[in-house]
Amino acid sequence: MSGVVITVDGRPVETSADLTILETCREEGLDIPTLCFLENLTPANTCRICVVEIGGSRALVPACSRRVESGMQIKTESERVRHTRMMVLELLGSSVDLSLTPLVDQLMDRYGAAPDRFDGGATVEEAPTIDNQLFVRDYAKCILCYKCVQACGVDAQNTFAISVVGRGFEARIATEYQLALPDSACVFCGNCFGVCPTGALIPTTEYEMRAAGTWDEDAQTVTRTICPYCGVGCNLDLVVQDNRILKALSPLDHDVTSGHLCIKGRFGWQHVQSE
Amino acid sequence: MEDTDLIVLWGSNAREAHPIFFHHILKAIHSGARMYAIDPRRTTSTQWADMWLGLDVGSDIALANAVGREIIAAGLQNQTFIDRATVGFEAYRQSVEQWTLDRAEAVTGVPAEAIRALAHEYAKAGRAQLCWTLGITEHHNATDNVLALINLALLTGHVGRYGSGLVPIRGQNNVQGGGDMGALPNKLPGFQDVENDKARERFEAAWAATLNPVKGWHLSQMFEAMARGELRALYVIGENPAQSEADTNHTVELLRGLDFMVVQDIYLTKTAELANVVLPAAAGWVESEGTVTSSERRVQRVRKALDPPGQARDDIDILSDLARRMGHHWATPTAEQAWDELRSLSPIHAGMSYPRLEELGGLQWPCRDEDDPGELFLHGRLWHDPPGGPPAPFTPVEDSPPLDVLSEEYPIRLTTGRRLDSFNTGVQSGGYESPIRRGETIDLSPEDGAALAVAEGERVLVSSRRGAVRAPVRFDPSLRPGLAFMTLHFPDEVETNRLTNDAWDPKSGTAEFKATAIRIDRLDT
Amino acid sequence: MDLRLMTAEPTAAERDAVDKVLGEPDSGWVGGLRRAVDGHAAVGGRSIRERRHQLLPALHAVQSSAGWISQGALNYICRRLTVPPAEAYGVVTFYAMLSTTPRPPRVAHVCDDVSCAVAGAGGLKAALERKLGPAGLGTGEVTWIRSPCLGMCDQAPAVFLQLAGGHDWAIGSAEPDSVVSGLVGQTPAFETGDSSDLHVSSGGPLLARVGKESPSDLGDYRAAGGYSALARAFDMGPQAVIDEITLSGLTGRGGAAFPTGRKWQAVADAAGPRYVVANGDESEPGTFKDRVLMEEDPFAVIEAMAIAGWAVGAEKGYLYIRGEYPLATQRLGDAIEQARVYGLLGGNVLGRGVAFDIELRRGAGAYICGEETALFNSIEGYRGEPRSKPPYPTERGLFGQPTLVNNIETLANVLPIINGGGQAFAATGTPGSTGTKLFCLSGSVNRPGVYEVAFGATLGQLLDMAGGVRPGRRLQAILVGGAAGSFVEPDSLDVPATFEGLGAIGASLGSGAVVVFDDTVEMPSIVGRIAEFFRDESCGQCVPCRVGTVRQEEALHRLIEGPPDGQVGLLNEIAAVMRDGSICGLGQTAATAVQSAVALGLVGGAT
Repeated sequence: MSGVVITVDGRPVETSADLTILETCREEGLDIPTLCFLENLTPANTCRICVVEIGGSRALVPACSRRVESGMQIKTESERVRHTRMMVLELLGSSVDLSLTPLVDQLMDRYGAAPDRFDGGATVEEAPTIDNQLFVRDYAKCILCYKCVQACGVDAQNTFAISVVGRGFEARIATEYQLALPDSACVFCGNCFGVCPTGALIPTTEYEMRAAGTWDEDAQTVTRTICPYCGVGCNLDLVVQDNRILKALSPLDHDVTSGHLCIKGRFGWQHVQSE
Repeated sequence: MEDTDLIVLWGSNAREAHPIFFHHILKAIHSGARMYAIDPRRTTSTQWADMWLGLDVGSDIALANAVGREIIAAGLQNQTFIDRATVGFEAYRQSVEQWTLDRAEAVTGVPAEAIRALAHEYAKAGRAQLCWTLGITEHHNATDNVLALINLALLTGHVGRYGSGLVPIRGQNNVQGGGDMGALPNKLPGFQDVENDKARERFEAAWAATLNPVKGWHLSQMFEAMARGELRALYVIGENPAQSEADTNHTVELLRGLDFMVVQDIYLTKTAELANVVLPAAAGWVESEGTVTSSERRVQRVRKALDPPGQARDDIDILSDLARRMGHHWATPTAEQAWDELRSLSPIHAGMSYPRLEELGGLQWPCRDEDDPGELFLHGRLWHDPPGGPPAPFTPVEDSPPLDVLSEEYPIRLTTGRRLDSFNTGVQSGGYESPIRRGETIDLSPEDGAALAVAEGERVLVSSRRGAVRAPVRFDPSLRPGLAFMTLHFPDEVETNRLTNDAWDPKSGTAEFKATAIRIDRLDT
Repeated sequence: MDLRLMTAEPTAAERDAVDKVLGEPDSGWVGGLRRAVDGHAAVGGRSIRERRHQLLPALHAVQSSAGWISQGALNYICRRLTVPPAEAYGVVTFYAMLSTTPRPPRVAHVCDDVSCAVAGAGGLKAALERKLGPAGLGTGEVTWIRSPCLGMCDQAPAVFLQLAGGHDWAIGSAEPDSVVSGLVGQTPAFETGDSSDLHVSSGGPLLARVGKESPSDLGDYRAAGGYSALARAFDMGPQAVIDEITLSGLTGRGGAAFPTGRKWQAVADAAGPRYVVANGDESEPGTFKDRVLMEEDPFAVIEAMAIAGWAVGAEKGYLYIRGEYPLATQRLGDAIEQARVYGLLGGNVLGRGVAFDIELRRGAGAYICGEETALFNSIEGYRGEPRSKPPYPTERGLFGQPTLVNNIETLANVLPIINGGGQAFAATGTPGSTGTKLFCLSGSVNRPGVYEVAFGATLGQLLDMAGGVRPGRRLQAILVGGAAGSFVEPDSLDVPATFEGLGAIGASLGSGAVVVFDDTVEMPSIVGRIAEFFRDESCGQCVPCRVGTVRQEEALHRLIEGPPDGQVGLLNEIAAVMRDGSICGLGQTAATAVQSAVALGLVGGAT
């Protein structure tokens, strides 16, 4: 864990060689945007919005996965960086529905992105998949960040019920042969929607309330408690509105769950509000 | 767990019963750890193992003793550790001497080569975690089963070190906390012995009351006392014995025979339906403040996210009010005040203030003062030279097969367990719709299904020496011929515990849920 | 791993096809019969998960037996290899040669990429549509579909026949009748694959044996001096071999031109086990030199891999060959077998106590798998998506181990370096580009083929070697380096086709593809085909490439068809994000050719 000195936007910064550029920059208070990154998952570095410019490197490099090296010269907001981020936002904004992606409007403003420049181009058209009672898959909102695949796979659940299938612009998240989730290996832990950054994977309760216009984040509280089932001690963050639990999340930084839950913790709270 | 080299998962289907604990096992596996799984069924957990040992139900001690013998015969025991930190090795060695691999194979059904491999890998591993759950403890000789495993850890020194230890995994979110708080017949809070005068005096001083110096009955003893007519009144808090106990028919009969029963629960359970008084309670984990203790002795805060429905009240409220009706002028303390009183009386919890629990995301006892970070693992003292405190004893234990023996009339061994999306008697887990729930079935090996000429989905009569239930058949290739499986999640559909044996372990009071002799009969339709 | 499989069962034929590749299942838990002992013990975990790398070979077996991958077949493969079905499905759907829906068992993949387009692929497709119906829609035994470059540009138009139940076959100079008879008739035996179509010109050692020695006879190869280099390498010792490669100045011929000696040294210096991977996934449009080497001089490839293994300390090599190269696959497989028999591969190579063996792995239709880390994923049984670098293959490559990955042509250069010395090699060519180079001339030239020249020859000289454009035609443009390369105009004919020469005019040598277009060629459709190629071949992993290649094609289309206003600017912006932001070389170069075409006014009029 040796200390290294790098240069960030012209300023020398002391950091540790086991940190990524993103971690170092965040410690320095720099706001590098991310979409496909999440602290509890292996960086997939697919969205490319976190790229920064490094002296001596032809292409830009993803801050989320690249480790710092001694002497690195990093520019976090150069013209090339800003252009790439703007274009990533435009490419995504023009092809998928980002309406439930938190803070995306601020990002669009920050980088001057105007996705409508590509109006008329191909989009990810897909009707929401509703094949179970617990959550909805609305892939028209999917930016293919790979997080759900990772959470279902080797980073957490190790169930591997979903994969990226197909190739290129036609690539989608799906089960084998597009089977309905209840016919697939899915165990309904919900860790996929726990990590989804765009609302493409969304609990049915939230989906229906949003459709009905009753989803009101200002009226919601989040309370941390412990799952009532087995003895592992998983932390639950319960989202409550009008004295009703709407969904259960889990803190990313707690070393018991690392943000992940099982089906009982994720959905097993309905017994306290049965009528 | 993540940093261990070898995981031995014995009588635990953690993949389904403790899924997030299993995430930690998976992290270890992905970092290179190997795993052995011992379970009669080829469960989803065992499918992650490098080797699965599918022993016959109830032959755990035979297997463990053979592992111990093989370790000793191969000279792989940690003699330095044994000499310094344990006592009774020689007696143990003699007790396992007869448990050759061949004999163990004959008794357990597990190929000798697999037993040998387990013995050698466990002994040679740099770090090894030996984990178990109800597959070990829901037997008539539960305590002996546990001792057999402890013997192996002592033999190899896989205890009291980082990444090496004994890991019983708890089935409920606060069963450990119940023990912490003295909800044991022989303990005061903080595991202080009720028959220890000094300990009792401290509580008596704090509470200004006299405490009964004689230890009480555990659950199985209570039911026996009911049967003898000695126990006439019962106050049940958050338990559903009418469905969760083995031999349901007998249990309900005993509960009905009581003079008076109070049930305090968040639900009108089957037990509550039998009660004289029902006290509706707030759900501890979401409608009130407090703490729970997890399997790893980690005390964590539960918080109120919802107002309880209707007349339901916080447990502290109910108990304080009850005390007042009995003439004791208890103020109704806040959860934190009650906890602080506990901290003042239980040294192992003393350092766990609410602010610290909040800040650190929980603390593992013992945590003796507010500078104490808590203990990641116990028994580290055994590695001190000399070990601080008494040496750890080997306890020779003998194989004792299930009491419900197989016979021509009851030729199939039924074992019970959990499924991923359900929990115990389904009181809580029945509240949500699960796409993967398929209701209760009698799971049979495809071979047995064919031999019995039953079809998948066909309802059959499942009978034991105690009772009978009807259930649809499901073929499960994870079962071998002669082995059947049911859960107790859907007692309203299929009361599995009508079949199970309430013969219990005299040391722990646990009933033998895991081993029932049954027969399957086709229903004439 | 706890799998939840589908309910479908394989047919007996599907099961047999899989078992033929994987062997009989060794327990009831992995697809065999349930034995009594299976009820009491099972081996599993890592030892089973480690079989995953056999996924693609098993899928190939089913595809070429049944013509598609059914749920039952995939289920069986998943059970055999402990692969989750969703992941396996993700892998199947990654490859163009594998189908997850029933389709006619005999499929003609008709190349309409840049070189074949020049040679009349359009007419061929129209004729096939008349004879067989629309692309992909055949309902009977045969159908045809469009294909990207098949690496047979010297015999354009080319067609690859995927023939379930038989073996795959490729036909050059295809005509409607030859395609149809190839589909319905008897597949020719591999032995009949002769070299009569070969257009090669050897100006150096790489093609010296091509067309002269039998590619199927190890005896011939040895008589012609084969295996002298390996023996010599054993005498020299590993470090001396690496030093010689370094001294030669050899750089990678796959496109990136990385110094080969430095790569070998890095792998040798890393802690083992190590692997050698030969990249025979030649898929760059306009490129076919590696195919010729593999078809015509397979023992040289094997010998060079053995030398590489010896030098870097690897005992295992993988040769990853493009799925659409049936003849090369057959000849390499045969050559590997012969080499094993004669002790030139195996546990005791040349009787010198050195272990080295080679496994031949067949791709399944994905340009991206030529990218080295995508190739590793493909071998390992995952989707052929590139990995993030660093770590580089020399540190963590195949199976996470230090890996030497070299292009086929690069490896072929090892033999003359060891035989003749690095110094002599470095004396050939130019200071910045040592040795000889294989150039693939195709398109509007009289004699398309592979031409070996010492570095230094100009584009004009290469064009002359291939006989120039046809009489009465005028040279319009040249695509140098394939789809990932650049267009240049006739005024660049004096530019030396070297790394430095082409670099100086903003182009790059790339794979050595030189596709020539005369004045009859409609350049907008050629440029459009390149944009389409990248859209089709993007793996889809990163946003700049996945969406950028689509937006590039759309903007290009508007530029050509109108309204063209602002499209050049948009194309430039898309090009910038793909170049700067993509994970791998595919996305980073996906705009290069289009950009050069726009700059030269080959599309959208003069600018």
